[in-house]
Amino acid sequence: MIALIFDGVLAVTLVALAWRVLAAPDAFEAVVVFITLGLLMALAWGRLAAPDIALAEAAVGAGLTGVLLLDTLGALPHGSPPAQAAAHAEIRGRGWPARVATGLLATTLGAAVLSLEPRPSLLAGQVSAHLGQSGVSHPVTAVLLNFRGYDTWLELGVLLIAIIGVLALRGSTRLSGETLARPPAVLAWLIRVLTPLILMVAGYLLWLGKHAAGGAFQAGVVLGAAGVLLWLAGWHPVAREWLWKVLWVIGFLGFIAAGLGQLLAGANWLEYPPETAATFILCLELGAAISIGATLAGLFIALHFPPRENLSGGPNERRP
Amino acid sequence: MIEQNQIYGIAAVLLFCVGLHGVATRPEMVRKVIALNIMGAGVFLFLISVAWQGARAPADPVPQAMVLTGIVVAVSASAFALGLVRRLAGLAEESAAEHGESPAAPPKEDPK
Repeated sequence: MIALIFDGVLAVTLVALAWRVLAAPDAFEAVVVFITLGLLMALAWGRLAAPDIALAEAAVGAGLTGVLLLDTLGALPHGSPPAQAAAHAEIRGRGWPARVATGLLATTLGAAVLSLEPRPSLLAGQVSAHLGQSGVSHPVTAVLLNFRGYDTWLELGVLLIAIIGVLALRGSTRLSGETLARPPAVLAWLIRVLTPLILMVAGYLLWLGKHAAGGAFQAGVVLGAAGVLLWLAGWHPVAREWLWKVLWVIGFLGFIAAGLGQLLAGANWLEYPPETAATFILCLELGAAISIGATLAGLFIALHFPPRENLSGGPNERRP
Repeated sequence: MIEQNQIYGIAAVLLFCVGLHGVATRPEMVRKVIALNIMGAGVFLFLISVAWQGARAPADPVPQAMVLTGIVVAVSASAFALGLVRRLAGLAEESAAEHGESPAAPPKEDPK
């Protein structure tokens, strides 16, 4: 009973925070409340027996997304207060039809959710029936890296597309020359102390995925956060331009190599023999974690530094 | 008696709808990106509330894997969206400077 009350309070808080995020007049406040919402979402994942997602959400929802949003707010020109107030008055005037439509949608969807019959999942049964052949003992890792390896492979493809898109918008693919002029001394010291710990946590999460909540995604996100922190401290986690590109594609290419290798060996695409599946999965996870980390850090760096060349000024020249 | 996962199922629906309302009514682009993220959080929460199989049993791993993939895709898509927002703001500033207007005014989105 107490647990249900806790769930109820958490659910109401989530929705109230989401409302506040969108209703707050100040964009900065909205982002801060959104970060809080991410932290509480992690709590909800814990309550729903999904610790893998709680770990990823704590790092992504509360960490990286917040950093990206705050950084963008800082870069955008601020609207003058009267202009903002005018925009708000305009929204208030046309708010009612939208509210009624949203309310109707919420009622319909809510009724549908409540009418869902609980039933045992067929897929969950299949996963536990074949878990012994997957090479790992944690079912979520087995699904991500073995049974549904396609999803993870193509997800790495989506990350590649995102970084290519951001670089295209930026108009320059050079990342390694960009750095902050002079980081504050306390920040630099703190990051110097924290970085080894963060790297250790990432490695531990990667290894842990074999038998408990953890794995490539959580490790990759933590690596991405470490990359962003190092950059803020004025250090270059990746010094060479070509190395960035290698790190971005290594996870995606790793899956292709594993798939082709198994095709040549006579098996199906991304099908691993049960005896060596654990090794396959660990290698693929390592590549995926590195690519996820490098891509997320690269996305932040590419967004943070506007292109120094004028876009209309012809092709970008590589500086020596 | 309401079940634990039903509470989160309802919360998921409300998050989705609040996010949708935000996408439709908020004029600032950054706020729209945040609202899209809230919609995504609602979808993820719904999937996991369906995956729940009782307080003692582990949740269904297949929706968990989907949501895990989805979270990482969502953050990279958000980064791309924010890149577009920045570029748009930069272009608006340039064109405002060309026309001799104050670059501080936010771009108007809908003609009356």
